Amino acid sequence: MNGAMSEGPIRTDRVITDGAAGLITRVEELAYELKVHEVMTSPVKTVTPDMRMSEVLVLFRDAKVSGAPVVAHGDLVGIVSIADLIRALQENNTDAAVSEYMTMQVTTLEASSPVIEALKLFKTTRVGRLPVVDQAGKLVGIITKGDITRGVLRALENDYQEEEVRKYRASHLFEDIVSDRTSLILRYRIKQGDFAHGGNASSHIKRALLRLGASPQIARRCGIAIYEAEMNLIIHTTNGGTIRVEIEPHQILMETIDDGPGIEDIDLAMTPGYSTAPDSVRELGFGAGMGLKNIQRCVDDMYIDSTVGRGTRLEMRIFMKPEEQLGDANSTGEWAARAGAARAAAREAAREKETIP
Amino acid sequence: MTLQDIIQQLDLTVLTQQKDFSAIAPASGYASDLLSCVMAGAKRKSIWVTLQAHANIVAVAALLDLSAVIVTEGALPDPSAIVKANEEGIVLLSTPRPTFEIVGRLWEMGLRTE
Repeated sequence: MNGAMSEGPIRTDRVITDGAAGLITRVEELAYELKVHEVMTSPVKTVTPDMRMSEVLVLFRDAKVSGAPVVAHGDLVGIVSIADLIRALQENNTDAAVSEYMTMQVTTLEASSPVIEALKLFKTTRVGRLPVVDQAGKLVGIITKGDITRGVLRALENDYQEEEVRKYRASHLFEDIVSDRTSLILRYRIKQGDFAHGGNASSHIKRALLRLGASPQIARRCGIAIYEAEMNLIIHTTNGGTIRVEIEPHQILMETIDDGPGIEDIDLAMTPGYSTAPDSVRELGFGAGMGLKNIQRCVDDMYIDSTVGRGTRLEMRIFMKPEEQLGDANSTGEWAARAGAARAAAREAAREKETIP
Repeated sequence: MTLQDIIQQLDLTVLTQQKDFSAIAPASGYASDLLSCVMAGAKRKSIWVTLQAHANIVAVAALLDLSAVIVTEGALPDPSAIVKANEEGIVLLSTPRPTFEIVGRLWEMGLRTE
């Protein structure tokens, strides 16, 4: 245990952050998620009923274990522990066979059970180790409380490291790749009527933004806007459509494009409460007539271009304040200037659009 | 008030995997069956009361970082919704009582709209 564990990144000097606090309840979740076979010791040292207790002593000492299942002809027939060995020593009877000292009534655990079952059994039976069997009842391993602690710690470390590594890699993307202007483009294909996957693209986009270092507020605003747009593609289009998200350190441009049927009256579509959703969709809680209004509320700039019979393009932009920008904070001066220019350009474009008859 | 208190006092059924509900403290409450209204109105860490039971309530709850969703009138989310909720870490709760009563009792317990 020493070697493997001390090399891990567990540090005791870490301040408890929200993330770390989340890990505490994660331990309980893991007790349900982790399976016994993932944490048990396997293969397991076994003894036979006809072995002498003196041989058990040697095994315990050499293998550094404090108990072993007793197996005869492939079947589990008992368990012998260090307590049994001490009894044999006290009685000066180490020549006796294992069968004389072993415990015959053995509680076993199935390999596919969640670890919480092992914890419950340790509590009720007050034994130190439980033999693990497969569905056919064949011995496949042994589990102690120490195995569980190590297994949970290992899983926690993996969780923590995986997300940290992902965040680290993603958040440095914009510095690691040098260009005059770097952007990351995400594309999602959305099928008409696919309610079962509704919201998946928005969830993925939100997660991507958080990994790229976006603030929770920015990620939430994008998530809400893109969810509404995604559901519009599912509910209202003829053939579904595409979501395209272009992420830059200073701004996020989200677009949905479809090929019909198009919006007849955009002003009417923007009116809160106006909806063309059929009853079947309304029963699911969609079609409140709030979608476009919600998008408008969440983004800094929104533009709809639609032709009946041709399709609709919805453009949504969020501009980050200097302190909200993605990537390295050192280059914020440059990005801030760029974001300011982008905002001004968008305002200009919006004015132009308004003047088009 | 923690989610544990709410689950106990309102006798709610936990549909998703067990976790330490006493560590979750809902900040406010919201009730609607129209998803866009929830998108517009529900605050972070709030509890959402609805009779919708399809998988999209999980997407909404995840995007809004809600504490939990209480599905009323005995409507049961399909297994895929529960699987998705477990993946996203969303707590799904169920009750045979109507929305009106659940909201009233949450209000009595001190939960507000923020």
